[in-house]
Amino acid sequence: MPRATLSRLLNRHPVRPPDSGMSRRKSLWENLHLDPWLLVLLLLLVGAGLLVLYSASGQRGDTVMAQALRFGVAFAVMAVLAQFSPATFFRWAPLAYGAGVAMLIAVELVGDIGMGAQRWLEIPGVVRFQPSEMMKLATPLMVAAYLGHTGIPPRLRHLTVCALIIGVPVVLIAMQPDLGTSILVASAALIVVLLAGLSWRLIGMFALLLAAALPLLWINLQSYQRQRVLTFLNPESDPLGAGWNIIQSTTAIGSGGVWGKGWFQGTQSQLEFLPERHTDFIIAVLGEEFGLVGMVALLALYLVIVCRGLWLAAGAQDTFGRLVAGSIILTFFIYVFVNVGMVSGILPVVGVPLPLISYGGTSSVTLLAGFGILMSIHAHRRLLPR
Amino acid sequence: MPPRLDTLKNTEQELRIFRARALLALAVVMVLTGLLASRLVYLQVIEHDKYSTRSESNRVRVEPLPPTRGLIYDRDGVLLAENRPTYNLTLVRERVDDLDRTLERLVSLLDLPEEDVAAFKKRSRQRQRPFQPALLMSDLTQAQIARLAVNRHRLPGVEIEAQLLRYYPYARIMSHALGYVGRINAEELKKLDTGRYAGTHFIGKTGIERFYEDALHGEAGLRKVETNARGRVLRELGRQDPVPGKNLTLTLDTDMQQLALELLDGRRGSIVAIQPESGDILAMASAPGFDTNQFVTGIDVASYRALQQDIDLPLFNRAIRGQYPTGSTIKPFVAIAGLREGVITPEKVIHDPGYFKLPNDSRRYRNWLRWGHGKVDMERSLAVSNNTYYYSLAHDLGIDRLQRQLAAFGLGQRVAHDVQGESRGLLPSREWKRKRYNQPWYPGETLSVGIGQGYLQLTPLQLATATATLANKGDWVKPHLARKIGDAPLPDELPGTPEDIALSDPDGWDAVFNGMEKVLSGREGTARRTGKGLQYRMAGKSGTAQVFSLGQDERYNAEELAERLRDHALFIAFAPVDDPQIAVAVIVENAGGGSTHAAHLARAMTDAWLLEQGHMPGEDDSDDTAGDSAATARRRTEER
Repeated sequence: MPRATLSRLLNRHPVRPPDSGMSRRKSLWENLHLDPWLLVLLLLLVGAGLLVLYSASGQRGDTVMAQALRFGVAFAVMAVLAQFSPATFFRWAPLAYGAGVAMLIAVELVGDIGMGAQRWLEIPGVVRFQPSEMMKLATPLMVAAYLGHTGIPPRLRHLTVCALIIGVPVVLIAMQPDLGTSILVASAALIVVLLAGLSWRLIGMFALLLAAALPLLWINLQSYQRQRVLTFLNPESDPLGAGWNIIQSTTAIGSGGVWGKGWFQGTQSQLEFLPERHTDFIIAVLGEEFGLVGMVALLALYLVIVCRGLWLAAGAQDTFGRLVAGSIILTFFIYVFVNVGMVSGILPVVGVPLPLISYGGTSSVTLLAGFGILMSIHAHRRLLPR
Repeated sequence: MPPRLDTLKNTEQELRIFRARALLALAVVMVLTGLLASRLVYLQVIEHDKYSTRSESNRVRVEPLPPTRGLIYDRDGVLLAENRPTYNLTLVRERVDDLDRTLERLVSLLDLPEEDVAAFKKRSRQRQRPFQPALLMSDLTQAQIARLAVNRHRLPGVEIEAQLLRYYPYARIMSHALGYVGRINAEELKKLDTGRYAGTHFIGKTGIERFYEDALHGEAGLRKVETNARGRVLRELGRQDPVPGKNLTLTLDTDMQQLALELLDGRRGSIVAIQPESGDILAMASAPGFDTNQFVTGIDVASYRALQQDIDLPLFNRAIRGQYPTGSTIKPFVAIAGLREGVITPEKVIHDPGYFKLPNDSRRYRNWLRWGHGKVDMERSLAVSNNTYYYSLAHDLGIDRLQRQLAAFGLGQRVAHDVQGESRGLLPSREWKRKRYNQPWYPGETLSVGIGQGYLQLTPLQLATATATLANKGDWVKPHLARKIGDAPLPDELPGTPEDIALSDPDGWDAVFNGMEKVLSGREGTARRTGKGLQYRMAGKSGTAQVFSLGQDERYNAEELAERLRDHALFIAFAPVDDPQIAVAVIVENAGGGSTHAAHLARAMTDAWLLEQGHMPGEDDSDDTAGDSAATARRRTEER
């Protein structure tokens, strides 16, 4: 597509919706500062997720109830965040970021050790908290705020600052060690830089640099991390150990065929051959019981959500909003891609849950908090001065 | 307020930059989603069959259902081999909290001897499918079961499992004939049909148990069960019941077998009794015997070594593998050989000076009676067991004809239909000697064969079979141990039955029979003492086989010889002469002369079969009468 046409096409997007007769009277949704389309899509996703979870948990109503309750909380968080104006996020970004980094340092010093990694910060009896989870939002917010301030495309010196902003939390999280989260934080922030129009020359250079750094990274991996990568490359090498997960999940998906075995009928899932069936590997349950049809439907739903998110991002009022919204929605997609890729055996096993489907509270809250910010950016745009 | 409004132009430019990048991102999202979708199509459409199969085999486990081994009965329905429930100790590792502590507890509860503990612990560590019980110990005693039951709550994952184990009620007297089963070993496993033997732990090792393994084993069944990932069985999906093994009815008679072993008590030897008409092997005893039951679960090393190193070779089945020179018991067959080849008639008389000389040879082949028997015809030759007559006859026949005629009686061949591990024996021939020693056959060797010495070696079973064939006047019936396999009787004509032996003048048989009858009843009969008080006509022939060869003219002195170098005592017999019901071959190792040390054993066998068990022909077959006559017979015997 020629560039001129492309720009013209893009510019057709209304920066400001054309005033109409109804402009003086705000709709219900506008008063709630929520995007009805996105909300419906998200509820659809969550509903489908609960159906799958009911089967994946061995038809345990209490598990589904607990998850539904968590979604209630997460949607509340989303709705609350949507009420703040993007300006507030802009202002609070450095503070949230600074607090997050401070807590990461605290985790490094006094954190709980769970699953071989320091991830939790606990104020006994009050709250147990994973600072790295918060950094998934705080870091891209900070980068977007900075680039929104300096203007885009970023210059080299701005990029140095960005690298610093990204580098500190990423290194701290990687030291816990939680490579998966640190990569997700880094990618969420890098997406901001990419959306900000990082020049192709620099992208190429960074890619080369990264390729050169890979062996160094390999050396510094924990043994279990290396094992994961090796197992990914050849799952049959250790069918009863590390390869088990991948063999069982691909078997579950593959045996589902086009139409699936039916709800509760998946033998891989119901007879517990599938590990982590209600958390990270839940999509294999969907694949087995609802087949290719169910899988494609889910992917389509995700795709529609991403498209809507990108549409909202493109319609945002200012660079900060656009960058934040774009980063949130693309990070959301990365989660989907990494999870489905891992369960279907085209990516190594990393602990990434399937957004809004996998059982678990923390990630749902973070994700819907992100959608809250996204909606805020969309809903408050006309209130902003131009 | 975040974006300080620099210029409109900047804002427009920033918007354009973002939108270009966002569109690019959307394209990347599309491509990646497409990648995922195509991976799913690959898994769920293209490779669907492979993963379906894999998921099925994950879920469905096929468990073998071993068949119950067939039972074995004697000819009267006495149970000889049964399956008894025994109790095994098993352990499911996934259900055990602390393996080491559990094992310690078990060791103290079961009172295990020190040397078994290590093996016990080793077995518990063998790699198994999850949730499959591992066998720790078999054949628990009642006391052990009770102690385990009391402590059951403290031993999660430990279970007592019932299993059928072979048991032989007459283990000691049936040891060789019946054989035994034992655990399948690695070598056997290689040859077995693994599908048929899946779940079977035992296999026939020797004897009947081995020969009829196929029929006794039966067909394995299977059940398909659905299991979860931890191997726990959730439900049965399908089932094919096993076909139990066929029960076997043998021709053996437990009473006769028992009597045979009692007769041989304390000696090494063998007694084989055959019903001539049917070929039924009534008794096939080898002494000393051993307890086969200890082989079923696995004999301990010390006991096995003791059995193996016993100088009396209890594990050796003399009846079918022991090869003995026949001594004079060969003479009736040599006589028939002479008649068939036409080199002699029953009436022909020879003069015995006490020795035989080959033409152009100074060596004297001696009669056992140094001064000779004088005038000897065929009947007398048998009654007095004259050697000279048979030297002469053997010489006239020559080795080729002699060998051919003796072979007609099954000598030097495997004769039985269903006896596992039978030896051929040795019926020497010219070709055999050339092959074996690369030497020509010397005429003197023919003479040795004529009196059952020299190279000639036969098994007790062969000797009994030949005697039965003789009693049948040459009509061949292959001896056999099985009477019925399941409900099907053995065929009348067994495959591989040799050709009947015909005489051009059937009176020849009577001459031989008369001679053999005179052995027991004649004035000069070698076993005339044994023949006293016979209530039926019995034919027999004694034999004394040299173990230690004497030089020419040397005298044999039993006392001077070590026990193991003494002669073997042999006796063959059949009775009643006019309608033979039983043929017997007796061999007592190193006992001395056959007429004094073996003949009475043969008589005890025929007495038992004909009088006590009531198989005398012409009598009423009903049990009452038989019992009466047997009782009468016994009383009569006692009166004398």
